[in-house]
Amino acid sequence: MDMRTPLGKVRGLGSAKVGTEHFWVQRMSAVAMVPLAIFFIIFLIRYAGAPYAEVIGALSNPIVAVLFGMMVIAGLVHMRIGMQEIILDYVHSEGLKFLSLMLNTFFAMLIGGLCLFAVLKIAFVG
Amino acid sequence: MVELALPKNSKMSEGKVWPKPEGAKNVREYRVYRWNPDDGKNPSIDTYYIDLDNCGPMVLDGLLYIKNNIDPTLTLRRSCREGICGSCAMNIDGTNTLACTKGMDDITGTVKIYPLPHMPVVKDLVPDLTNFYAQHRSIEPWLKTVSPPPAKEWKQSHEDRQKLDGLYECILCACCSTSCPSYWWNGDRYLGPATLLQAYRWLIDSRDEAKGERLDNLEDPFRLYRCHTIMNCAQACPKGLNPAKAIAEIKKMMVERRL
Repeated sequence: MDMRTPLGKVRGLGSAKVGTEHFWVQRMSAVAMVPLAIFFIIFLIRYAGAPYAEVIGALSNPIVAVLFGMMVIAGLVHMRIGMQEIILDYVHSEGLKFLSLMLNTFFAMLIGGLCLFAVLKIAFVG
Repeated sequence: MVELALPKNSKMSEGKVWPKPEGAKNVREYRVYRWNPDDGKNPSIDTYYIDLDNCGPMVLDGLLYIKNNIDPTLTLRRSCREGICGSCAMNIDGTNTLACTKGMDDITGTVKIYPLPHMPVVKDLVPDLTNFYAQHRSIEPWLKTVSPPPAKEWKQSHEDRQKLDGLYECILCACCSTSCPSYWWNGDRYLGPATLLQAYRWLIDSRDEAKGERLDNLEDPFRLYRCHTIMNCAQACPKGLNPAKAIAEIKKMMVERRL
């Protein structure tokens, strides 16, 4: 039986004094992705169906490579925070919550590692 | 945790259909949630018929007609009958609102009434708001100052006073908080729209000297940041206030003080 006072329960462990960073970064990455995504879509349309060598050539252009890298980072940061919000909303069993938060971060890092490797490889090796 | 289906002991069944009042020509059907903690049964939905010729125009009038003339065991909270006490907050026709200010004319067909959603029920239409009140208490809703008290009063300019409009009117009926999905899923840790609107009411008060502490106390992934601007709160508020905007203003203050 829980005999804590209602106020004691609400105060709990106190405020974590975090959350604003995520709030701010989520909005910043959203803003960053507007031009980056527009560039990405234009790039896709421009090179849809183009021969392999031509696409590789375009991707190894330094500006294109940097923009692609930035889009990967902004997108994955945004994705990770968004997924974390959903987990905090819906997953309440402590063990499962910690596990899914960890997997969420690992997944974002894995995808980021693969994408950035691909961008760099095309840029430097072709 | 999200619950897509009601727990076993909350599943509702068809309840009693009470006879129509004798000789009534102008009848309105009410379907009302009933649950008695003493009989060990699941909740049920009782059907009543109101004689509109002998009843006031508001939903609360209908409920009191039932209590006075048909079934005195129907349990509900009410007090002021004019939308200032917040006691008769309940879910009417699918929206949380005050029974005393909701006209029967505004509802087409049967009047369906449930207690405020996702709250423990004490009996029938009476929810247990202990946690809700404790959350309000936790934001310390009173003027906090360090400066020596002035001889007469803490002064405030007309412009600063105006900033409290749209906030001080809150009557703590809990319609907004109990309409919020984030509050349903995380009501133990998320403070909810009503409490956060009250928190903002003190944050924006020019006389208060504890803004920083107040913001510290709110800066938490659960206490504040479970709000995802769903806006059910603003839609439900029977006083026409906008808790979602107040929450957004708090988030702006959080960003402002670190940039």
